[in-house]
Amino acid sequence: MPKRRNIELLVGTFVALGLVALFFLAMQVSNFNLKSSNNGYVLQARFTNIGSLKVRAPVAIAGVRIGRVESIRFDAATYEAVVALRIDATVNTLPDDTFANIFTSGLLGEQYIGLEPGGSPDVLRDGDTITNTQSALLLEQMIGQFLFKKAGESG
Amino acid sequence: MRDAVARLGRGVLEALERLGRGHVLLLSILLGLGEVLRRPRLLAEQLFNIGVLSLLIIGISGLFVGMVLGLQGYYVLSQFGAAESLGVMVAASLVRELGPVVTALLVAGRAGSALTAEIGLMKATEQLAGLEMMAVDPVRRILVPRFVGGVLAMPLLAAIFSAVGVLGGYFVGVGLLGVDEGAYWSQMQAKIDFDEDLINGVIKSLAFGVVVTWIALFQGYDAVPTAEGVSRSTTRAVVHAALVVLGLDFVLTALMFGDG
Amino acid sequence: MLVEIRDLCFRRGERIIFDQLDLDIRRGTVTAVMGPSGTGKTTLLKLITGQLHPDSGTIRVAGQDVTQLTQAELFQLRQRMGMLFQSGALLTDLSVFENVAYPLREHTNLSPTLVRKLVLLKLEAVGLRGARDLMPAELSGGMARRVALARAIALDPMMILYDEPFTGQDPISMGMLTALIRQLNDASGLTSILVSHDVHETAQIADYLYVIFEGRVVAQGTPDALAADHAAWVRQFMDGLPDGPVHFHYPAPSLAADLRMRRAR
Ligand SMILES: Nc1ncnc2c1ncn2[C@@H]1O[C@H](COP(=O)(O)OP(=O)(O)OP(=O)(O)O)[C@@H](O)[C@H]1O
Ligand SMILES: [Mg+2]
Repeated sequence: MPKRRNIELLVGTFVALGLVALFFLAMQVSNFNLKSSNNGYVLQARFTNIGSLKVRAPVAIAGVRIGRVESIRFDAATYEAVVALRIDATVNTLPDDTFANIFTSGLLGEQYIGLEPGGSPDVLRDGDTITNTQSALLLEQMIGQFLFKKAGESG
Repeated sequence: MRDAVARLGRGVLEALERLGRGHVLLLSILLGLGEVLRRPRLLAEQLFNIGVLSLLIIGISGLFVGMVLGLQGYYVLSQFGAAESLGVMVAASLVRELGPVVTALLVAGRAGSALTAEIGLMKATEQLAGLEMMAVDPVRRILVPRFVGGVLAMPLLAAIFSAVGVLGGYFVGVGLLGVDEGAYWSQMQAKIDFDEDLINGVIKSLAFGVVVTWIALFQGYDAVPTAEGVSRSTTRAVVHAALVVLGLDFVLTALMFGDG
Repeated sequence: MLVEIRDLCFRRGERIIFDQLDLDIRRGTVTAVMGPSGTGKTTLLKLITGQLHPDSGTIRVAGQDVTQLTQAELFQLRQRMGMLFQSGALLTDLSVFENVAYPLREHTNLSPTLVRKLVLLKLEAVGLRGARDLMPAELSGGMARRVALARAIALDPMMILYDEPFTGQDPISMGMLTALIRQLNDASGLTSILVSHDVHETAQIADYLYVIFEGRVVAQGTPDALAADHAAWVRQFMDGLPDGPVHFHYPAPSLAADLRMRRAR
């Protein structure tokens, strides 16, 4: 066994390495630094169908991430999905006629919510609801419609 | 037939008794935890034995596991045109599962067996009895620092394993196979949740640290004090630790990620 | 009386080691316990020091019943006892010096210079001051036992239990050890319990002898009294006769019967 002084040095190095690794995992690998935006504000959006949208999915404008899906619940009165979006505090000028779409990244990729700002002078505030929504495009429906149309053309 | 039943019964009784002794030992270790504050030197020695001496094997294994994940993940994902998700796959497998589990298995083999053999030999050579005769409690003096050392070293080693593995996946995926570098990191960051993945991973490896060290110490402390007894206990420590880690992993995973 | 043992019963599985044993040890004496190998002499020492628990009976040491003490009380008592294990039981990861210093560091707040002085004195007493930097693995069996003795006397206990201190000692260190045991006992008013097979050395230094066999005390008295005793037990043991009432063998069926059984199988 090495000398006492060396043991302490090596143990110190080991603990430091471990903490650096944890720090690396937190900052570079996980969404820890995206989380600091946790103090943004929340908007609601109602969809007739959210496809396979998941909690924590990104919310983006023009392809830039500005927030994430915080929760998804089902409204038994209207048979709609109510999605809560947590938006970064810096993005505080969304017009109240903003359009919310559920998009898919890549052919089979994850679904995310894309916002398209409208032209209204009034802005959305914490707790407001986005009324203009477009549900997820379901692959099965699209294929069904496509076949139906083809059949119509040829017949 | 009668004999077989009797033997089975005796075996079950013995196993239960051993289980009971194990828990009594764990309890007295937990009651003695304050000892490490009084003698931090002993803890440093054990962090050296368990942590520093395991660094090399953990680092190398992490690198290779990460590289293999990079390769395998790329071939599967690129079939779906989703090679940009490679980072997510590599990081999620490592942080959630492979980091804690493989590290625990490696530590059980590398450091756990050493602990068992050390304690077993101390028992066989009457060193533990000698300590007791000097009015020194061997549980506090010998077992507690080793236990705390093991429990603390495990998450640090697992973090090092995962971090090195993510870098290994990066070398293979981005460096060799040409996955987009930005996609590798940004998708990873978007998908790996700090609380759900990272913190849960750390909790897992803390739990593994407890069971691996506990089993190793108990097997040594409970060893039949002969050369053969110690060697049997050492084998048993590694086998039991591996089985318990895998079983516990399933339970913890079901609890943590079950509803996600 | 420093140690009073009454009605002690102890068994290991089926085997009865002690059966209503009574034994007294007077303060300030060297008391030797003798008996054939495997009768339970080591077990007796472990019972006296509370490492084992009897099935029934009382063991009083300095007025306290060791079978009833809590761990803390037992540890209090053990700080005033030293035990020399048959195997030495040195801590193998510490040097000779550190081993002897261990109980001092553990139970006192002496300054490092004082600890050093005490350790060197104790090592000098067993003739191993020059070996202080060796590790236990580098010692011979006899040397290890002497280091263990230095460790056992480090705290100046009121009682020392020696488990076969003479095994593995050459005639010179044997003579030195007998003198040391006697000297320690007389100089510091210590009480010594000595387990040994060496009839002559033991008779030289012991004030009182017990011979135990099959769980009971079969003879006791001063060395002179026992030397004059004509009982067959005592004669056989004191004179080292191979044949007599004490059997050299562990309990077993007769050899012939055993051999026949083998063949029959
Ligand atoms: N751990 C144990 N488990 C079961 N039986 C034991 C154990 N230790 C000792 N024994 C039994 O107890 C008996 C007494 O053992 P002990 O070691 O006290 O003998 P001893 O008188 O010291 O012999 P020796 O002179 O050879 O050292 C032996 O017959 C042995 O078979
Ligand atoms: Mg013995």
